[in-house]
Amino acid sequence: MADELVQLLSPEGQRVEHPDYECSLDDTAILGLYRDMVIVRRICNEATALQRQGQLALWAPVQGQEAAQIGSGRALGPTDFVFPSYREHGVAWARGIPPADMLRIFRATETGGWDPQRYHYNLPTIVLGDQVPHAVGYAMGIQRDGAEEATMVFFGDGASSQGDVMESFVWAASFTAPVVFVLQNNQWAISEPTSLQTKIPLYRRADGFGFPGVRVDGNDVLAMYEVSRRALERAREGGGPTLIEAFTYRMGAHTTSDDPTRYRVDAEVEVWRHRDPIERVKALLAREHAVRSNTFEEVAAEAEAIAQALRADVLAMDAPPATDMFDDVYAEPHPWTEAGRAEVLAFAEEAR
Amino acid sequence: MATTTMTMARALNEGMRRAMERDAKVLLMGEDIGKLGGVFRVTDGLQKDFGDDRVIDAPLAESAIVGTAVGLAMRGYRTVVEIQFDGFVYPAFDQIVSQVAKLHKRSKGAYTMGLVIRLPYQGGIGAVEHHSESPEAYFVHTAGLRVVTPSTPHDAYWMIQESIAHDDPVIFCEPKSRYWDKGEVDLDDPGPGLFDAVVRRPGTDVTVVAYGSMVKTALRAAEAAAAEGTSLEVIDLRGLSPFDTDVMAASLERTGRLLVVQEAPPYASVGSEIVATLSERCFYSLRAPALRVAAYYVPYPASRIEDVYRPSVERVLDGVDRLMEYDQ
Repeated sequence: MADELVQLLSPEGQRVEHPDYECSLDDTAILGLYRDMVIVRRICNEATALQRQGQLALWAPVQGQEAAQIGSGRALGPTDFVFPSYREHGVAWARGIPPADMLRIFRATETGGWDPQRYHYNLPTIVLGDQVPHAVGYAMGIQRDGAEEATMVFFGDGASSQGDVMESFVWAASFTAPVVFVLQNNQWAISEPTSLQTKIPLYRRADGFGFPGVRVDGNDVLAMYEVSRRALERAREGGGPTLIEAFTYRMGAHTTSDDPTRYRVDAEVEVWRHRDPIERVKALLAREHAVRSNTFEEVAAEAEAIAQALRADVLAMDAPPATDMFDDVYAEPHPWTEAGRAEVLAFAEEAR
Repeated sequence: MATTTMTMARALNEGMRRAMERDAKVLLMGEDIGKLGGVFRVTDGLQKDFGDDRVIDAPLAESAIVGTAVGLAMRGYRTVVEIQFDGFVYPAFDQIVSQVAKLHKRSKGAYTMGLVIRLPYQGGIGAVEHHSESPEAYFVHTAGLRVVTPSTPHDAYWMIQESIAHDDPVIFCEPKSRYWDKGEVDLDDPGPGLFDAVVRRPGTDVTVVAYGSMVKTALRAAEAAAAEGTSLEVIDLRGLSPFDTDVMAASLERTGRLLVVQEAPPYASVGSEIVATLSERCFYSLRAPALRVAAYYVPYPASRIEDVYRPSVERVLDGVDRLMEYDQ
């Protein structure tokens, strides 16, 4: 089996023919994806700056993976339910999560950030792979409700070694669950290369579980969109799960606490810089004269405005009241939790 | 008043049947729970009556059993998970403490984690390794979970229904050595609340707190003690998180002596917490230091010697003697 990437747009911005997939998007839609990716990168850069300035506890940069996330995120239907890991800021943007809400967990003012039911977008999951069985279970609920919906769950090459991921593959296959697994292979799990997690291309793991796996150029937003759309349709129609391996690259550090110069060489990063997911769409739009002369400037200005608003929102984000830790631990009050609340309140009262 | 006699295993079965009849969102999931009816037959006949969409035979992967139940809860289902044996819950430990316990908090209440994790626990059945453990303290230690354990068929029937209806996740510990004990079940009156402790036998000299399998052991000890002129008040804890401090304190304020009996080792255990809590609350009522009669700090032993490991009537009586000696 050839380990070929599904690609509809080359790194140079040339359209590529594929026997199984074709681009269904018009110029306006492609410009929309371009806009999304530019904004997501700008949000990410602003968040990195905020962390460097001591305003965030941590940030997990998404740079390089914008196409993998916008292509899949924009393929979702409004009631499909998404289960992210912790780097899916692009998918979060596609689901309409306000950028400031994405950063609450990183500013450490909250352990969540938004109402997952409102956006059909779960909270970030930091324990690797834990969200994957959640997506399968939710999909089993969809089946029982007889709904034409699907779930999409994101995890990485590192998490692909987790037992929960393997178990979820078994379940999704056995129950023909309407779930799309999006494995973003960004080549590095902090300092560990993908070769440590697997001896075969990751998409081929699906074979062993009895459902299709597809390797996609994760830096090609058109391919990511079409493959995701097809997989979601298949899931909604009762065809069962699909594994999409988005072959991409983490251009930045694992998080702002990481130092990638200790474990990877610049030459490798340079190779991937030439495969940038945003530049190739820009080249396509320019070559096909699909946009007005000042469109790119307008998009950049819009992204800048969003980043500035985000900065203001984050700086205004204060620590919650101390008693916030006691809220919602239980649906009904638990006496031990409430004893803690009473103690904190009494202590504060005494200190006044 | 409709009462009927049945085993605890049957009572759990009937309780789940009622819950499933009442609420179409209630599902059961676990290994071998369908045609086989579970290795203890607790789910016997339920798949036949409710279908395999609602009584789900799970692939053999405990973490995914709990993990998918979390996903089902996010979709509005109430899944009753059966973990086949206590010793097999640890593969699911991460899902339970990292996800089940935290998602209501993290989502500010948007998610209702209304799932029940049924856990046949404790020993005394002559089983092989990993089939006789008492892991309840791990879960009691974790904020976000609730933990209960019935000791009678009546409580099993009602507490499983109340746990399923509860909007918080409940670890439901079933004393497997008592599955086949028969008892009266009142089908109309649930009696005490889900986390309330119950005085099973009133007494005046020593407050004996027990739960799960040890309630029966404590009651036998009370009978033997009575023959020797010592009056034990036996409390069935029922709720482990939270536990019912009021009922225990009211008793201890009368007796002045506290003995906690449990199958788990004593260190950092439910018994430790009861002793600490009641020492603080009832300090001036104590006539002796609170004692624990418990298992030993070893892995569960080969079951041919489990009767030494598990508290026996004799060891409970020895604890009573040690408490009474403080007066002399």
